[in-house]
This record gives sequence, structure tokens and C-alpha cells, in this order.
Amino acid sequence: MSPFTYLDHAATTPMRAEAVAAMLPYLTERFANPSGSHRFAREARTAVDDAREVVAEVLGCAPGEVVFTSGGTEGDNTAVLGTVARGGGTALCPAAEHHAVLAPVEHVHGVVVGSTAVGTVDLDALAEALRARPDVRVVSVMAVNNEVGSVTDLAAVAAVVRELAPQAALHTDAVQAPCWLDLRTITPLVDLLSLSAHKFGGPKGVGVLVARQGVAYEPMVIGGGQERERRSGTHNVGGIVALAEALRATDVERPTELPRLAALRDRLVDTLVAELPGVHETVPRSHKVAGSAHVCIEGIENEALLFLLDEAGVCASAASACAAGAMEPSHVLAAMGVPRDLGLGALRLTLGRTTTDADVDRGLEAVVEAVHRLRRGRS
Amino acid sequence: MALSGGVDSSVAAAELLAAGHEVVGITMRLWGGDSDTGCCSVADVDDARRVAQQLGIDHLVFNFTDDFHAHVVDPYVQAHRDGITPNPCIECNRHLKFHRLSERADLLGFDAVATGHHARIVEHDGVWRVARGHDPQKDQSYVVHMLPQRELARTLFPIGHLTKAEVRERATALRLRTAAKPDSQDVCFITSTGGRTEFLGTRIPFRRASVVDAVDGTVLGEAESLEMITLGQRRGIGLPGGGPKRYVVDIDHATATVRVGDESMLDVDELRVGDMAWSHLPVEGEVRVQCSAHGATQVADARVTGSGVQLAWRSPQRRVAPGQSVVLYDLTDTYVLGGGIAR
Repeated sequence: MSPFTYLDHAATTPMRAEAVAAMLPYLTERFANPSGSHRFAREARTAVDDAREVVAEVLGCAPGEVVFTSGGTEGDNTAVLGTVARGGGTALCPAAEHHAVLAPVEHVHGVVVGSTAVGTVDLDALAEALRARPDVRVVSVMAVNNEVGSVTDLAAVAAVVRELAPQAALHTDAVQAPCWLDLRTITPLVDLLSLSAHKFGGPKGVGVLVARQGVAYEPMVIGGGQERERRSGTHNVGGIVALAEALRATDVERPTELPRLAALRDRLVDTLVAELPGVHETVPRSHKVAGSAHVCIEGIENEALLFLLDEAGVCASAASACAAGAMEPSHVLAAMGVPRDLGLGALRLTLGRTTTDADVDRGLEAVVEAVHRLRRGRS
Repeated sequence: MALSGGVDSSVAAAELLAAGHEVVGITMRLWGGDSDTGCCSVADVDDARRVAQQLGIDHLVFNFTDDFHAHVVDPYVQAHRDGITPNPCIECNRHLKFHRLSERADLLGFDAVATGHHARIVEHDGVWRVARGHDPQKDQSYVVHMLPQRELARTLFPIGHLTKAEVRERATALRLRTAAKPDSQDVCFITSTGGRTEFLGTRIPFRRASVVDAVDGTVLGEAESLEMITLGQRRGIGLPGGGPKRYVVDIDHATATVRVGDESMLDVDELRVGDMAWSHLPVEGEVRVQCSAHGATQVADARVTGSGVQLAWRSPQRRVAPGQSVVLYDLTDTYVLGGGIAR
């Protein structure tokens, strides 16, 4: 049994064995550059094309709409900055987006609209902003919030955007979605969609940007013209192959994994709430994905809590960390209207395919013990 | 172990390990704004982390920016507004290193907090004292004078017995990346490019001040910003060069008047010190007194007045700018008795 209890799958999840196996040949004997013109190159090219078809099938789009990138941040940046660079105007996103979207939207002096109490975009605020700003060329709304796990009703978002801003492209940061949602239900609603392989059992440093037929953006990386001139740079062949394999396996497993992980998550949160006074579930479960447990604990500083959990061998998280590695107050909780003091006690426990009953037991024990200890120290 | 990313705390961590302690390195993130090489620039945190990795200890970053603003930056700004010359590094030690951090350390089950200050902590008959560091050039007992008994008993200064040269030698021998890193200078949240003027100028309105002769009240000129002027200052007060040397001998904030005169007018017989933090019990009678980070000490007679102390100098001494820390040492000039703020 591992001495560590890993409850931070939203940060990254371990690579699937089949994905590692799939990429290894391309790190060793099948090392060629797929843009070359010899047999080794063609072999690598075939692997990239096969991977593209697998990805397209899981996403419910055409293979030609799949662009391989270096990960979620590149996809998000390209969707926002590339669309504005091509079509002019500006960008819009809700306040609870990931910084990979927020930062480029702010970079183009875009519009940031409010979020609801569950961390999804406020549709009325979205409509009002779109009416006021006909210069918006791209709207970016995340599918699943990385901090609190809330799921956006993208059909409702798409309806608002299509009606009020037909000139705007709709992008979704779907980085947190593949383990929990059938992507075939999302892709048809949007023009652009970003994924990152390491969130679903692939390697770090590779991702996908889906750009639907007819959606044009200025590429962020130019040069050799790979990916139909939408993203230059030699293909990360091993990473792409592993991404496709991980996405395929995730898609196959989802129907059985969802109920299993939802039950574990429910037990985790229910027990915390029952055993510790002052524990608030941040988002009702009906609004969020199965693997996400997010609570705010009264009178606790999460920096101290995470230290004690780490000491107990439990890997958890709170909000995002700054460049220096310090915990920052969460902009997501602020956007949801969670009081700052309560937000400082935020704890995110995220489950994934390797999570077991025993992990939940050990996680529970460690959190309860740590909170007791911190509260004793205070009194 | 508070790791700033400098050479002193790097070697202090190594000393603790060598002495058999279980050590966790903590870098406090205090300031999110511009900085030359303040305690919390990303580059310094990188250095702290690499040193921790090299020494094989865990390294964490604690975000204390809210406390730093509330206890150090905001009072610093307000003090200038009120015509006081504060010492933010001492307030940072008082409120952050030896309060916020040690409180957190307590909560997490640590037995002691260590820093890389050049000072020593000694215990005699159950009484703890800060003592001067071994290196007289680098002694920092002045900036850690506020430690009370409870904190002294659980604080460690692992390099207090070393000279700066010895610290650097050890860092070099351990091949620490901070071995040749220059010492940090000045206030971490003030940049060398913008200086105090830019920092304060964006936070408080500057008032123009009339500069008058302290003897006869003749108006001599006008200074740009009253809030930037400190007692004893000679330059930058809007007076033409070439004349007799004139010093700021008094600042009247209510009327925005700066009085200037010759140096002897700064001399006073007494000094009133408020908000005394005594190391142990209040002390009266003959003491040695230090009024700046690296100043020499002078003998004075101390008389306790409520929460403060009245010092009568043996011979007239230059006035100390209100807001500066005044630290009392024993007559051997070795042990800190306590310290407070010049009034």
C-alpha cells in the first residue's frame, strides 16, 4: 500500500499504463519526425493521424478540427488571443475562469462578467455584457471549474451567445471535463475547445485545441506550418499518441467510473460535514462533477491545514499558488461571493481513477485530525 | 527555519541540521509588489527552495501578505503622514517573523523557530536574553531586540556565533548557491529605482513645507514634500548650496514648518522612549543605548515611565528622529535589556 494518499487529481492524475505503453515506442525506436519524407517519418505521421482520429471520435468532431498543442494553457491562450488577433474586437469570460483564460482576456482589455454562487457564468450578466459590447469576438466559458468542480450549462451559454453575439466565437476550456462528461455533448455547442492530456491519464506537455470547421484564428506559434498552419513546431509524437490512448480509455471507462467515484466523494464530504462542525460544502453536488469535493472550513487557514495533511501523507490542495509558491486567496471563491475569511479555509480534495475506499478513509482521518489539532491550538 | 534565499539563513539551516535538528524551511511571502531583491521576490524564493533541496529538507512558502500590509506597510505609510520616521524591518520582525510565523509554527507542532540573524540568545538563571552576534560589523541584536521571554525560549539564531566571513566560508564549503550572494539592503518593498519618494508619492499626498531659520524664524525657502523630511537631514530641503551647513532641527507637522539650524541645535540631554518591549523585567539606572542599526552606544540613566522610559544622557547627544527604535543594552554592551520607539 502506498504511503501516500493522493487526493489531488484535478491538479494532475497519474498516467494510465496503456498511455505509457503507447508512447514508449515513439520515444525509442520510432523516433522520427513525422514531417519528414522517409519511411520512418511516415510511420510517425501515421501514429499522429491515427491519434487524431481517436480524439475526434471521442470529441464528436472531424479529425481535421483537432489541433495538437502543448497543453491547456496554450489552447486557452490561442482561442482568446488568436481569435482577437484575427478578427479584432475583444474577448469576454466569467470571473471564475482559470487564469489561462482570464490572463489573455485581461491582456486584450476584455470583459469579465460575474459568476453565480456555484461558480458558473451568470447568464443574465453574460447577456447584458454582450448587448453592451458588440465588439466581443470571442466568449470563453469553462466546462468544469477546476477549483470547485461546478459544471456549466454550455447549451444555455451557447444559446445566449448565438442570439446576442452571432459574430463571436464560443470557446470552452474543457480541461477538467474528460473524466466526468461525455465530450460529444459539448463539442457541438462550441467553436473552440481546449483539453490537456495530463488531466485524464496522458502525459504533461500535450493537449488539444478543437477548432470547428470555418473557425479561424491567428496561430500563436508560427514556423514550419504543422497542424495545417494552425500550430507550428515538430509534433510531440509520443505525447500525442499517449493523449489519444488516455482519452479513449477514459471515454470507455467513464460510465463505470462515474458512479463509483461519486459514491466515494459523497462518503468523503458527508463524513467531513458530520464529524466536523463548521464545514461548508462549497457547491451543491447537483451542480458539480463526481470526483470533486470542495469544502470551506471555518476558522482554519488552509496553508496550515495542507501542511498537516502533507505531514500525514495526504496530498490535497486549496486554491492556486502564485509564482513564488505561496497560497493565494481564491479568485473563484471571491467571484462566487464566498466571504474572504471562509475562503481562506478552502480545501479541495479531488478523486480519480486510482482512488480507493482506503484513500477516502485515510483522507478523512487526516483531515479530521488536522482540523481538530488546528482548532485546539487556537483556543 | 525561516529561509529568505540569502546566505545567512542558508547556512543557518545547515548549522541546524548539523546540530541534529529536524528542519523544515519556510519562506514567508510578504510583499506582492515591486521589489529589488526583497525577501519575497520569486528569484529569492527559488534560491531558498534550491538550498532546501540541496540540504535535503522540505521547503514551504507561507503567504503572510495580509499581515505584512496590516502591520508593516500601512503603518509605514501612516507614520510618514504623521511626521514619524519608522523602521519597517523591526516591525516586520516583531509582527511577522517572531509573531505570525512562530504562532503558525506552534500550531503545526514545531518546537522552535530559527532565523539567520547575526545575534545570539543566551540563558542565565532562567532568564533569556538577546546578545550581540559574534561579528560586530554584522550584529543584528538591535533589530531583534523585541523578543520577550516566551519567544526567546523557542527561537534559535544558528549563525550568531559566526562572523559573516565564516558564514560565507561555510556556504562555499557546502557549495550553496547563495554563497556569494550580496547581502540584502534597505527596505524590501522600496525599489532602488523609485525609492521612498515614488513609493510614498503614490500612497499619500505630499505637503509643501516652509523652511525657516530655527533661531529667528526667517523664511529661508520651501521644500517639496514635508513627509519626506527627517530630523537631522541636511540635503534636499530646498536650500541653496554654499551657505553654512544647516540641519533639520525640528519639524512641525501641524503647520508644515521645517526649522533648520546648525548641528549643535540637534543636541539634547534627554530622550523619551515609548512602547518599551522589555526582554525580561524593566531596568532602571545606567544602561548603554543604541539608536540606529549600526550606531555606537552611549551611556544614559534610564527611568521607567509607564510603558516607556526616560533616558538622561551622560553628555548631550544628537536628537533621535521620532519613530526610530531605541535599544537598551547592559553596561558590558552585550545583552539586550529591551527597546522601544523614540518619541
